[in-house]
Amino acid sequence: MKITEDSPPVLTVLDRPNSYIGRSVPRPNLQRLTQGRGQYVSDVSLPRMAHVAFLRSPHAHARIVKIAADKAKKAPGVIAVVTGAEVAKVMTPWVGVLTHLKGLKSAPQYPIAVDRACWQGEAVCAVVAKTRAQAEDACELVEVTYEELPVVADPETALDPKTPVIQPELGDNLCFERKLEVGEPDKAFASSDAVIETTFLFGRHTGVTTEPRAVVADWNEGEQRLTVYQGTQAPHMMQNLFAKHLDLAEQQVRVITKDVGGSFGIKVHTYADEMATVALSKLLKRPVKFVADRIESFVTDIHARDHRIKAKIGVNNDGTITAFEIDDLTGIGPYSVYPRTSGIEANQVVNLVGGPYTTPNYRAVARVVFQNKNVMCQYRAVGHPIAVAVTEGLVELAAAKIGMDPLELRRRNLLPDDNYPAQSAAGLKFEKLSHHETLAHLDALMNYAGLRAEQKKLRENGIYRGIGFASFIEVTNPSAAFYGVGGAKITSQDGATLKLDAQGHISVHTGVTEQGQGAEAVMAQVAATSFGVPLDRVRVVTGDTDNTPYGGGTWASRAAGIGGEAAWQAGKALRANVLAVAGSMLQTKPETLDIRNGVVVDAASGSERLTLAELARVAYFRPDTLPAGVQAELMATRHYVPRAYPFAFTNGVQASWLEVDVETGFVKLLKHWVVEDCGTIINPQLVDEQMRGGVVQGIGAALFEHCLYDERGQLLNGNMADYLVPMAMEMPDIECGHVVSPTADSELGAKGAGEAGTAGAPACVMNAINDALRPLGAQPLTDMPFTPEKILRALGKV
Amino acid sequence: MKPAPFAYKKARTLDEAMALLGGQPDARLLAGGQSLIAGLNMRLSAPSLLIDINGIAGLDGIALKDGKVEIAALTRYAAAERSDIIAKHAPLIARALPHIGHVAIRNRGTLGGSLAYADPAAELPACLLALDGEVEATGPKGKRSIKAVDFFKGLFETALRPDEILTALRLPAAGKDSRVGFAELARRHGDYAMVGLAASARAAGKGLADVRLAYFGVGATAVRAKKAEAALEKSDVEAAVAALDLDPPDDVQATGATKKHLAGVLLRRVAQQLMEAA
Ligand SMILES: Cc1cc2nc3c(=O)[nH]c(=O)nc-3n(C[C@H](O)[C@H](O)[C@H](O)COP(=O)(O)OP(=O)(O)OC[C@H]3O[C@@H](n4cnc5c(N)ncnc54)[C@H](O)[C@@H]3O)c2cc1C
Repeated sequence: MKITEDSPPVLTVLDRPNSYIGRSVPRPNLQRLTQGRGQYVSDVSLPRMAHVAFLRSPHAHARIVKIAADKAKKAPGVIAVVTGAEVAKVMTPWVGVLTHLKGLKSAPQYPIAVDRACWQGEAVCAVVAKTRAQAEDACELVEVTYEELPVVADPETALDPKTPVIQPELGDNLCFERKLEVGEPDKAFASSDAVIETTFLFGRHTGVTTEPRAVVADWNEGEQRLTVYQGTQAPHMMQNLFAKHLDLAEQQVRVITKDVGGSFGIKVHTYADEMATVALSKLLKRPVKFVADRIESFVTDIHARDHRIKAKIGVNNDGTITAFEIDDLTGIGPYSVYPRTSGIEANQVVNLVGGPYTTPNYRAVARVVFQNKNVMCQYRAVGHPIAVAVTEGLVELAAAKIGMDPLELRRRNLLPDDNYPAQSAAGLKFEKLSHHETLAHLDALMNYAGLRAEQKKLRENGIYRGIGFASFIEVTNPSAAFYGVGGAKITSQDGATLKLDAQGHISVHTGVTEQGQGAEAVMAQVAATSFGVPLDRVRVVTGDTDNTPYGGGTWASRAAGIGGEAAWQAGKALRANVLAVAGSMLQTKPETLDIRNGVVVDAASGSERLTLAELARVAYFRPDTLPAGVQAELMATRHYVPRAYPFAFTNGVQASWLEVDVETGFVKLLKHWVVEDCGTIINPQLVDEQMRGGVVQGIGAALFEHCLYDERGQLLNGNMADYLVPMAMEMPDIECGHVVSPTADSELGAKGAGEAGTAGAPACVMNAINDALRPLGAQPLTDMPFTPEKILRALGKV
Repeated sequence: MKPAPFAYKKARTLDEAMALLGGQPDARLLAGGQSLIAGLNMRLSAPSLLIDINGIAGLDGIALKDGKVEIAALTRYAAAERSDIIAKHAPLIARALPHIGHVAIRNRGTLGGSLAYADPAAELPACLLALDGEVEATGPKGKRSIKAVDFFKGLFETALRPDEILTALRLPAAGKDSRVGFAELARRHGDYAMVGLAASARAAGKGLADVRLAYFGVGATAVRAKKAEAALEKSDVEAAVAALDLDPPDDVQATGATKKHLAGVLLRRVAQQLMEAA
């Protein structure tokens, strides 16, 4: 294990002569994208393509009494006006449950509401026209008669007997419940020197992608085949689902995912309007395009994080944390989202609270309830920002209570670095973490002692700055334990195919997808290193179910760790195949040869024996000159799935340094630090970018982003002016440091890096605000996002 | 997010624009488009005709005339930011401009458009009110001047008649003893303010005279806080804060009570600016 700044250590297994592992090489797609030559779904235009616009329910809960579409059908450009009942004839409904989340239930959801709209924004009718503008014009002519129904908005009362049940066939509004008790929490609390209890609130928010959700569906009646161009994270998953609900064979469905303008977990779910678009293409036998606009994105892209958690920590005066307890309540909308379900977030909260610590006593209860708001599901760092904020919020409240430095309290309770494998109270299994080393690194990186001195001095001048920390663990590289075991057709394995072309260049076809995060760069680096060619001889192909190995795509920080290992193994396999041919051409043992920098060399001396172009020429055009029985296999495929551990946990610690204007309640972020351990760092710049981008989204949760609903289930701020995404001017410098503990589950040793920033940042900012305000006697703030108004209230100023 | 169908005409002269405007009751002028186009795309309005005034020669420019700074309606924020005349003779405008949106918006948005649009949280209407400025409206019967106090009538509502075009705004040029102050609170840089304050005064001995405090983001239009002005003229900042007779409505960012508190904080800060200079 070594600390790295921006140049990671030389790693023995990976230390091939022309290694790109650990180098910040530019992304292969950079030039194309910066020259405006990206191919997003919005750019796709097919012959006879029609556009669909959806009429959406203005009510949170209403019976659809009548849809009068005569005027709309006659409007210019209109091809069809289609209701939920008509779409239901070609596409079956779905139910978002997983068998390993015991008791989780949900009602069938249709592509378009059939007789009842269950949230404001649910599509109730589709208008297909020659242009999107014409479709929107005609939408205004459709007259829908609604009968408003009682709205269930507040999760707190969703389970009350007098609250109406949203899905009567389910019996109640409870989607999922989980209880966990480990050790003896009651005894531990009773014998603790101090017990701190508080309630944490997390504002419902969403992941605003630069490119909205978009799909072009093209049913070819002649071929009986469906091609779907979709901005998705998981093309094979969508292929399976389109086939299943249209009653087709998977073979009849091709999903193509070219450039995607950001996903963050938003684009890994089944969206009713996208399913409807696919069904409409089948129904109308022509290509149909749907691109969500901003206004409909806010009411249909999944929301996340709407949790109320009553939480408790026990601590002794020597700093020992004795127990954690949580009671989590979350409202997830009227349906559990398909196929990943809306139970996972709460389930993760239960799994993760207390995760970095040795504390053996833990009690958790989580209830997931239905309500008439937009659906909630997995968004970047699923459950982590909540669990980390609860855990780390409690830890810093405990430190303040017993008068101990917050870093010191952590040192006394974090899992020790020298005792792995280890397990958390909740049962999470850790192969190797580095809590103490990352903490020591952070302490030095931020000059903690110096910062505390500065803080003290400034307070004397009425300037209130705060320092907040968050230790975290992060689920990455998931095995089948995440979804597969629950019956979902979501693959955790991934594949890579490497192919040598006739000029000695290689292509890499991978099942993981590029969402803008740089997966293509990582695949190219791994393949180039493993096989032995310069990076510019590698071409990466992603996002096409006809042409890439079956794979899971991009989610749960898996692309580099799982897809990367598949590419690594495929590179080795292709190298062996190529050297077998080279051996017979050179009449030497393949073991004495290697491929370096695109040339077959003598392994011992490094001297050139044969170019790959020459080898390919012979293999493809003059195979007759090869010895009898030698058949060149210049394409190799390998798959990989983690087996030893259900997840490759990463860890790290973040810190925030900020100033609170105690007159206005405004927070100015001054600096943010992340020291993380994602195992082998394939591309340092990409890891740092992931950390920084993740931190920014976490800061969004802490200070800005909030889907504000009224008691009638109406979203009040569903636009880019009123829903505040974090922007550059308000962001601090974010400095990253790394500790490297590779996973032994793969040769590459890479774990995921995509979500750790988001996991820890909200907790850090919260703790820093409370640290800043502590000398003023302010009530600790635990209700995200921390708006100026909430801060002023805590200070007693309003 | 596609606008309802509309016709589009590009006017080459003011007369042509006025003729088009008079000919179609629901026609709208298109200036920088930074507010209008968003509204059209969200189908908040659906005019049948857009009259583009960007091609009309002479409708932009900044000049010093008879002790007044005259800014033609089509002048872009970005041009005003670079103007020496504004920097020297309209320092309040100079201070306010960087708070309006972002660079891209200021490259297109026009000063005339901002006043005609009359957003209650916009900076420029409050500046006009604080400076006791006026707008010039041109209609079929010729030009007329309208004082700021008479121009802003209500939420997105002005004294401009349907057949009139706002052609310029005029502000008294700053003198040696003029004092200005400006502050606003926005959650993110470039957002419309939660609360903002544009102020002007005249240095009088050690104190201030003719104090004009124009708050924005606190009601249907920018409003003056006259009781606070009187207290400030007596150099009593805390009395001015206590005398703030604002009643801001709640919105998605904050309650009225919070905005009122913030208005007091801004007043202390702006008073400091006014006095420091004095
Ligand atoms: C992201 C974003 C952030 C913004 N932030 C701010 C901010 O912080 N503060 C702020 O003040 N503004 C802000 N704006 C709005 C911006 O200032 C607009 O430019 C301004 O409100 C209107 O000016 P315009 O030239 O773009 O007018 P347009 O959008 O073209 O027109 C606006 C309205 O005024 C009418 N109109 C325009 N010119 C005339 C004229 N000469 N005579 C009569 N009527 C006319 C139009 O018919 C229309 O009804 C923001 C805009 C955006 C997109």
